[in-house]
Amino acid sequence: MIILSPLGWLGRSTLYFLAATGRITLFALQAFSHIFRPPWYPRELFNALMQIGWLSLPVVGMTALFTGGALALQIYSGGSRFNAEAVVPQIVAIGMVRELGPVMAGLMIAARVTSSIAAEIATMKVTEQIDALVTLSTDPMKYLVAPRVLAALLTVPVLVGVGDIIGIAGGYTVAVQSLGFNPAAYLQNTVDFLEPLDIISSLAKGAAFGVIAAMMGCYFGMASGRGAMGVGRATKDSVETAAVLILAANFALTGVFFSL
Amino acid sequence: MIRMENVTKSFGQKHVLRGLDLEIPRGTSMVIIGGSGTGKSVALKCVLGLIQPDSGKILVDGKDARGGDRDAFLARFGMLFQGGALFDSLPVWQNVAFRLLRGRLKRPQAEAREIAVDKLRRVGLTPDVADLLPAELSGGMQKRVGLARAIAADPEIIFFDEPTTGLDPIMSGVINDLIREIVVEMGATAMTITHDMTSVRAIADNVAMLHDGVIQWTGPVADMDASGDPYLEQFIHGRAEGPIEAVR
Ligand SMILES: Nc1ncnc2c1ncn2[C@@H]1O[C@H](COP(=O)(O)OP(=O)(O)OP(=O)(O)O)[C@@H](O)[C@H]1O
Ligand SMILES: [Mg+2]
Repeated sequence: MIILSPLGWLGRSTLYFLAATGRITLFALQAFSHIFRPPWYPRELFNALMQIGWLSLPVVGMTALFTGGALALQIYSGGSRFNAEAVVPQIVAIGMVRELGPVMAGLMIAARVTSSIAAEIATMKVTEQIDALVTLSTDPMKYLVAPRVLAALLTVPVLVGVGDIIGIAGGYTVAVQSLGFNPAAYLQNTVDFLEPLDIISSLAKGAAFGVIAAMMGCYFGMASGRGAMGVGRATKDSVETAAVLILAANFALTGVFFSL
Repeated sequence: MIRMENVTKSFGQKHVLRGLDLEIPRGTSMVIIGGSGTGKSVALKCVLGLIQPDSGKILVDGKDARGGDRDAFLARFGMLFQGGALFDSLPVWQNVAFRLLRGRLKRPQAEAREIAVDKLRRVGLTPDVADLLPAELSGGMQKRVGLARAIAADPEIIFFDEPTTGLDPIMSGVINDLIREIVVEMGATAMTITHDMTSVRAIADNVAMLHDGVIQWTGPVADMDASGDPYLEQFIHGRAEGPIEAVR
């Protein structure tokens, strides 16, 4: 029995994982279908746009700024080992736009947006507010989930774009202020080096990460257990899952864009 | 008319409803009593489809409650939740007028607000609470806002889950009168859960007592005192000793 129990555990977790994947996929498909079918709730969408998009700007901007600055320093110190310090603008640009911009923004959105959506919806579930919505002829998938997912789909790419620019600006500031780069040449190098596909991949990642972040918050919120413990668990699970899925999706998308 | 036939519901190993039969004629007021945790709230939620019963039939006006147009079905109902279940992101008046601000019963905002303020007045709340958030109200006030929301769209069928719990005796009287009025004047069908025997006598046409997952006794409120049912008698008189084990 003791020898077999790890196998049992493995089997159980595999089954649990498969079941959860199925449930989340169904939930996501349902959520998308509600985005396209009336009734729509414009006020809820507006609130979600503000919460997910506008109010996330400071944290995403700060993250990008410091990441870009640190990136410039690292590339400079790494590059100087084989006399390639001059590549700082190009590598900062591509590193920020293709990789760090979307990933850092995605993870910050998971921390900020996924957790708050999960906690809010789970609390509504626990205090019977979701039941109350249903009895008031309002579908929670339409009223709570669809606006949040749509808002994330629309705003997170914009956040990523802004983050990319701020990140490059961070690298630029460090390079010009303390590494002795020429400001005009730095900018010229950045602009010349980036290709449209780099930017498209950045924004596409942003859209995917936004949807993952909002969807996980909604799913775990709606699936919350009872009581304060249920809410805590839903929040924790949602952020964990969103962060892992964002990193996995990043790897997959990088692979896709790499092969293009 | 609402009819529940042999409804069962378990949560894991816990058998909450074990074959519930209950009938509530149109335009009458049914009060459900029974010990804490016997499944009264679960029974109400089964009728509304918020909880799926494991087996049994629930008919509303002869039609299966689960099939058909859910929207049209729910539009006939009003429900006061035991915990109030107010939307804490919306001010009080928008909670009350929730149904009147969206969906098929939608009407102009000013009109919806007017109705909300009127319903608040009927549950003993002044118009100045309309713009507060639910979190700024006391427990009893929240309960009454929940009640106002349940009756806001003048539903045909209203469920009240412990409408007077947490209210002072005078306010309880006001709410009892209100529920009675809704049934008598508006012809609504009401199903009320309460532990308050004064309420039972004030509100009920019929009483049903839930015990051990089934209806232990049901009948007109007038027959309640002479029922001869030991379970019911223990309950109405609040005795610790009797067939219902109070300490387990
Ligand atoms: N969603 C749920 N999941 C698991 N168990 C539940 C759920 N809802 C209710 N129960 C269980 O069902 C039983 C009946 O609950 P219910 O809320 O209907 O009691 P009640 O008769 O309304 O009691 P009270 O008078 O205290 O409100 C309880 O033991 C409760 O633990
Ligand atoms: Mg209850």
